Amino acid sequence: MAFTLPYAITLEVGSSLENKTGDWRTERPVYLDRLPPCNIECPAGENIQAWLGLTQEGKYQEAWEEILDNNPLPSVHGRVCYHPCEDGCNRKQMENPVSIHAIERFLGDQALKNNWVVSKQADTGKHVLVVGAGPGGLSAAYHLCKMGHKVTVVESKAAPGGMMRYGIPEYRLPRDILDAEVKRIEDMGVTFKYNTRIDNLAATMKADGYDAAFLAVGAHLARKLEMPSDDSVNITDAVTYLNDIEANDSKPQLGKKVAVYGGGNTAIDVARSALRLGAEEVTVIYRGPQDKMPAHLFEIEEALEEGIKIAALRTITEYKGGNIIVEVNEMDADQRPQATGKTETIAADAVVYALGQLVDSSLLSDCDGIVENDNVIEVGQQMMTGMDGVFAGGDMIPSARTVTTAVGHGKKAARYITAYLKGETYTPAEKHETASFDKLNTWYYEEENMRQQPVLDLDKRKSTFGEVLGDLDEANAKYEAIRCMSCGNCFECDNCYTVCPDNAIIKLGRGNRFQINYDYCKGCGMCVEECPCGSMLMEPEEL
Amino acid sequence: MSTELKPDFCQTGNLTAGNRLQSIDVVSVQSTEDRANALTSGHRACQGCGEALGARMAIDKVMELSKNKVHVVNATGCLEVFTTPFPETSWNVPWLHSLFGNAPAVATGVQAALKAKGMEDVTVIAQGGDGSTVDIGFGCLSGMFERNDDVLYICYDNEAYMNTGVQRSGATPPTARTATTPLSGPHPGNNFGQGKNVPKIAMAHGIAYVATATIANVRDLEAKVAKAMSMKGARYLHIHVPCPLGWGSLPKDTIKLARLAVESGLYPLFEGEHGEITGVTKIRKKVPVDEYLKLQRRFVHLFKKGADTEDLAGVQAIADAHIKYYGLLDDGEK
Ligand SMILES: Cc1cc2nc3c(=O)[nH]c(=O)nc-3n(C[C@H](O)[C@H](O)[C@H](O)COP(=O)(O)OP(=O)(O)OC[C@H]3O[C@@H](n4cnc5c(N)ncnc54)[C@H](O)[C@@H]3O)c2cc1C
Ligand SMILES: Cc1ncc(C[n+]2csc(CCOP(=O)(O)OP(=O)(O)O)c2C)c(N)n1
Ligand code: SF4
Ligand code: SF4
Ligand SMILES: [Mg+2]
Repeated sequence: MAFTLPYAITLEVGSSLENKTGDWRTERPVYLDRLPPCNIECPAGENIQAWLGLTQEGKYQEAWEEILDNNPLPSVHGRVCYHPCEDGCNRKQMENPVSIHAIERFLGDQALKNNWVVSKQADTGKHVLVVGAGPGGLSAAYHLCKMGHKVTVVESKAAPGGMMRYGIPEYRLPRDILDAEVKRIEDMGVTFKYNTRIDNLAATMKADGYDAAFLAVGAHLARKLEMPSDDSVNITDAVTYLNDIEANDSKPQLGKKVAVYGGGNTAIDVARSALRLGAEEVTVIYRGPQDKMPAHLFEIEEALEEGIKIAALRTITEYKGGNIIVEVNEMDADQRPQATGKTETIAADAVVYALGQLVDSSLLSDCDGIVENDNVIEVGQQMMTGMDGVFAGGDMIPSARTVTTAVGHGKKAARYITAYLKGETYTPAEKHETASFDKLNTWYYEEENMRQQPVLDLDKRKSTFGEVLGDLDEANAKYEAIRCMSCGNCFECDNCYTVCPDNAIIKLGRGNRFQINYDYCKGCGMCVEECPCGSMLMEPEEL
Repeated sequence: MSTELKPDFCQTGNLTAGNRLQSIDVVSVQSTEDRANALTSGHRACQGCGEALGARMAIDKVMELSKNKVHVVNATGCLEVFTTPFPETSWNVPWLHSLFGNAPAVATGVQAALKAKGMEDVTVIAQGGDGSTVDIGFGCLSGMFERNDDVLYICYDNEAYMNTGVQRSGATPPTARTATTPLSGPHPGNNFGQGKNVPKIAMAHGIAYVATATIANVRDLEAKVAKAMSMKGARYLHIHVPCPLGWGSLPKDTIKLARLAVESGLYPLFEGEHGEITGVTKIRKKVPVDEYLKLQRRFVHLFKKGADTEDLAGVQAIADAHIKYYGLLDDGEK
């Protein structure tokens, strides 16, 4: 001993750090990243919580890059995606969900304003054909190009976008936004061939030496109906009408009184477009009750605000003398509409059928192994059709038929195609467990209401194709992002570090999260209990 | 819609200890990497000990504000025993233990000695459990208040004599089972109408500062330490610290219990200067006392079949009286 201890003192003073209380533990806390419900619901597989987290910090470009890992079209999606993420959002169980789509739109528009771009990997020397420049094709082309393949997109129409251009009206998706996001894909090096229809896929692939193909030809054939008619009411369909609005310089005129037959989003889009093109009375005729219309509630509400009428529980039976004869339905005990035999008339110059679309698969007639079932093309686990090297996605395969689903398919297919080209099989990473609401300690979250997007004046909505919903400005977008509770993923609130009575949590500095010092952790579980976002877990200790 | 973002706006407001979205000036000292850890690891407190946590929270804030010029005098009790089994210590601060009942007097002496040596910039803290504060050391404490000695006294209230096996103290709540208030008779557990409210008694001394705090609200706790530190003379801080062993609660529920004590109204958060109440921390989401009591075995008899509902109603009445007296709810709230 270097020095003499004082009288009556037998041991030197030491620190309790000698005493490793970790031995007391029967359970140990661990950090984990759980999968937030928003991410689970996003058909494009966006890592929403991650890019909201970056937005919270004002790192808009990094946030946008995080989106672009999964989805090349955030400005478009912030406008037309039906945002199932928000239905899943845990905030919904507090006050209302995070306005994820509005923030995505903000980030997407920032990128367009500032010309942000993403980088791509080294050239692989492989050449992939993409058929159709709708969201499915665009997404596949983007991801394939990013992965270093040469990509050629062949599109039968004069411009890209598929149903985003020839279906979705401009008041929901301004075309300069669509053009700008497609141009970014073009600038990455993807070749687009417009006005070129592929009639025989097998022949094209052989002739042009493609190594693989991704098909996303959509569903563009309108479902028809045969009906007794004296030709006093003009009959057309949604696909034709919406296409003509986009493709023709002289806008189609249907007359003063227009009826639309169908209850989906397409019917609403047709009705609202007809109103904007001068129709004075627009009626949506639907065979079921109004609250069972497949169109989204917000779209129905917007249409009603604009003066569209809805004739629910009506079936068209005949056209006579400038009138539509409809039969009144009633709901039966099984909640299905049944004809009553009672008829009414609705005066109309024209009727537009919005009864759904069918797939035109004629380009596949010479392809071996393709399986078509119920008018859609079957694909396997790897998104490959029955024909080797030919993959498919979007509306032409069994799917929810949304822009976002098609984009998700394009991404997945690109990964499978890349593996296929290397002679490998791509296996997606295992999904983390869900950060469900019960995993949160919501005490710690302040209640904050959602910021609403501004809405265009009703007068302008009725007479122009001006965009109905406006932007969140930067402060509001950031506010909305900050409402995100970061479900299942540590956002560094420092609670674990603070509530540990044993100082067994080490703070690694902002941005670097925390570490557990198992030498001293007694396993009380307070850190796990007080973690607001559910990014910790107790595990049994091996005894 | 306003487009201004309040500075330090974040999803957890001031409810969490920190938040990466907030500037370092508004987060708690506890949430920072450079907190002092006055009470270091390896101490022998039980799993989930609220007292160990409360002491670190309070003393770390004192350390920050005094730039580590602190002297601590500790009464006998768990906090003393679990930190200093000879020859080890968990204290990263000059620390002195004498007896169960004399910590305030020893602190007075320490303060006088520092003054004599011209070291008046050293902050003197005296601290102890509820037993040493409200019962056995109470005479010394009252004297220290009366003399207005320049000492900040901190009581860590776990509502019984825990270190010797959970005996009743003057801070044990009515109906609670302890080793000395067993479950017998028509009204099992501790009596109604007895015990002492020392924060109020301290107020009656007219000393510079009195406050109650909780480990469930570290920013509030630190603000109160800071307020106390900005003043001279005798000051008193009462911190509610759940004890899993003595209360028969799960170690993981320690913070939750501290929070429910506040939210039910049973443990009011207030501060006062020179005998006048100057502020209260409002209840955020009011809960009935059951939510708090049900998590603790010491109250289990209140919820057994055939239990006298008067007892539970009596506890609720205490909470309601606090809410009314201190004005713990926002206007119009019930
Ligand atoms: C009116 C309307 C509104 C909608 N609104 C929304 C909405 O708001 N949100 C939403 O998520 N979804 C909406 N949808 C659905 C969505 O548009 C589709 O699900 C989506 O566009 C499908 O993408 P896709 O890539 O599979 O096909 P499409 O978008 O249909 O694109 C297919 C492309 O392939 C081309 N093509 C077809 N055959 C050939 C061929 N043989 N050779 C070359 N090119 C070919 C077509 O010209 C077309 O451009 C709407 C649909 C309609 C009709
Ligand atoms: C004069 C005296 N009487 C009794 C004891 C035994 N004793 C040691 S600690 C303690 C209880 C301490 O209770 P409290 O002050 O509430 O602190 P806690 O242990 O609950 O934190 C008792 C009775 C003692 N040390 N000295
Ligand atoms: S709060 Fe954030 S992480 Fe949680 S579900 Fe909503 S958007 Fe996703
Ligand atoms: S709070 Fe501390 S001691 Fe308790 S489980 Fe978490 S790390 Fe371990
Ligand atoms: Mg005690």
